[in-house]
Amino acid sequence: MCGIAGFYGTPDTPVPRALILRRMIGAIAHRGPDAQGVFDDERAALGHVRLSIIDRATGAQPMPNGDRTIWVTFNGEIFNYVELRRDLVSRGHSFRTASDTEVILHLYEELGPDCMNAFNGDFAFALWDSRQNLLMLARDRMGVRPLFHTVRNGCLFFASEVKALLQVPGSSAELDPLALDQIFTFWFPLAPRTAFKNVFELPPAHVLIARPDRIAVRRYWRLEYPDARDGGALNKQGEEAIGDELADLLLDATRIRLRSDVPVGAYLSGGLDSSIIAAMTNKIAPAQLQTFSVTFGSAEFDESCYQQEMARALAATHVSVACGDAEIGRSFPTVIRHGEQPILRTAPAPLLALSDVVHRSGFKVVMTGEGADEIFAGYDIFKEAKIRRFWARQPQSRFRPRLLQLLYPYLPALRGQSQKYLEAFFGMGLAETSDPVYSHLPRFRSTAGAKIFFSDALLESLRGYDAVAELRESLPAEFEHWHPLSQAQYLETAHLLPGYILSSQGDRVAMAHAVECRFPFLDHRVVEFAARIPPELKLRGLREKHILRESARDLLPREISNRTKQPYRSPDSVSFLGSSPPDYLDGCLSAPELAANGCFNPHAVGKLVRKCESQPLAGSRDNMAFVGVLSTQLWHREFVRGETSPAPPVSPALVA
Amino acid sequence: MTAEIQTQVRSLVEDNFLFREDRNSLTDTESLIDAGLIDSTGILELVALLEERFNIEVADADLVPGNFDSIDRIVAYVARVLATAPSAG
Repeated sequence: MCGIAGFYGTPDTPVPRALILRRMIGAIAHRGPDAQGVFDDERAALGHVRLSIIDRATGAQPMPNGDRTIWVTFNGEIFNYVELRRDLVSRGHSFRTASDTEVILHLYEELGPDCMNAFNGDFAFALWDSRQNLLMLARDRMGVRPLFHTVRNGCLFFASEVKALLQVPGSSAELDPLALDQIFTFWFPLAPRTAFKNVFELPPAHVLIARPDRIAVRRYWRLEYPDARDGGALNKQGEEAIGDELADLLLDATRIRLRSDVPVGAYLSGGLDSSIIAAMTNKIAPAQLQTFSVTFGSAEFDESCYQQEMARALAATHVSVACGDAEIGRSFPTVIRHGEQPILRTAPAPLLALSDVVHRSGFKVVMTGEGADEIFAGYDIFKEAKIRRFWARQPQSRFRPRLLQLLYPYLPALRGQSQKYLEAFFGMGLAETSDPVYSHLPRFRSTAGAKIFFSDALLESLRGYDAVAELRESLPAEFEHWHPLSQAQYLETAHLLPGYILSSQGDRVAMAHAVECRFPFLDHRVVEFAARIPPELKLRGLREKHILRESARDLLPREISNRTKQPYRSPDSVSFLGSSPPDYLDGCLSAPELAANGCFNPHAVGKLVRKCESQPLAGSRDNMAFVGVLSTQLWHREFVRGETSPAPPVSPALVA
Repeated sequence: MTAEIQTQVRSLVEDNFLFREDRNSLTDTESLIDAGLIDSTGILELVALLEERFNIEVADADLVPGNFDSIDRIVAYVARVLATAPSAG
């Protein structure tokens, strides 16, 4: 795992190319503390910072092909490189290293950009084909590894993180108001948009091909579901056969993710998904398993009893990090520095503390259960949508809306809610069942409530803009023919997962401490298999992840395999108040600083802060608003006003 | 009496849910849920604030949008409760 950066073309600046490249990779040195490398032939410049995991001896980068006409700088892993390499050798290719990186070069030589279809992995890379004067950027299917780009005066710059692009002479950061509107609706900007104006993300499952006169971006894979009208693509086997095949596939996805020349640990949340992955890891590599967990003081968030139970069942060496409220507040600016976008939740902060513990325990790689809730329908939003559709078919029913009481059992503020109020909240837009984003309308609407703090100037610049309409228009043509559960799963898997879960809560907080997370549930074979499983086997009645529970029954203690989903959450506004608020808080939320950044109404934010000081904020809108305002303010401090020190340029070994 | 309750309820809603006075669009009859001011987790907070401000107790059975989903409805509800329990005022 590593970081990459570079450019294609001629930067419009007197600053020497080598210095630009060194500054760029210096800004992401945290991603690869083990080594650095650069290549430059005056047409394309590639940089690399390395975290050595596979082929530590000979895997140096950027790496050329045999005649040194093609170069690649690569972040991530290609897990099926052993099989790909074997095939390539049988077809006459000779390899100089034992790395997965070299497989990319050989496959590209054979297939050109179509090589993407062969890779099973989590990666982002830039490949320079000097024969064709072509630079290719590529990103994995699910969006595990990040890749950003921008064009300045005809020169294309790319990097694993935006902070490297900000090192380009003449660059400055400016918040994109549409991105902020999207964050205050969906929790993340819609790719390719980022929080930074004129900086774009290469969307998951896409390649970008740059030639001297044009840049083309195209998709090479898409998450697809069976057409609900004929069910032709549905898996028609019986439940048991599907469960068995799923278990085999997941075991293989885990097995190839244990390919590493360094020890591999596992995260344990206490829930079903990470327990399955830890158990499978233990089965494949029975040498002493090391597991890692976050614990909280508040029972509302804490799952430590289940974590301990699972660690005992696996006889694992278990390390946990207790995350106090004050710790979340203290580390929040670091979270924003690494995540590079305003966020509405603090949940990345405890994971930052966790990756620190993993790093200090001597581990570079951890397996996690992320992705199962998206592909097997674990989240309560899927149940919510199912109940609302069921109710909408008979709106006068007195029985149907009673099912709403089963939703979100983990949210204390929803307990004790009267039936009439539940109906009022979840009944909004009840009849709009033909809306493609029907499942998410209540969530989008309640999140957008936090926009009440937007400044008049910001609201003015957003006049006529509708983020939800943009999302609707971006959906694939076949979407309307999918089962409603598939539609809701697509919105979670293709959008929330890469836009927030895998980035703000994933790569960015893990790589802050040079830790690589691996996600067996996001192996595209598992994702494609899960998409074809009949919806009623995923959400059976209101039992979430039914087929996954059944297929993993023998791996886990019964208490874990039957446990109701408790989503990973952490304390929000309360983390910033109490007896010792973080020292940056007052300044960040002061009227002058709010006015200077221009996004929020200082008077309204002042009232929110006073409310927050007098009592813990109970409502989710208020909590999202508080964290959203604060993170936007910190984003300005970090990236616009540059109040943290500039990245020192590194002095890499020149491999060209 | 009702006018004073009206003033207090509006200021309570503005301070804790609307947060800004320059948003003229919130009329006394507008639904707080539809306006995005009260979400599924905010209603208990509104009730707690009303209980504290007016020294009243809201019975579980009263916890319906008919009593709390606009400024006018809240005012009418509070006035009704205060009238039936004068000592609590």
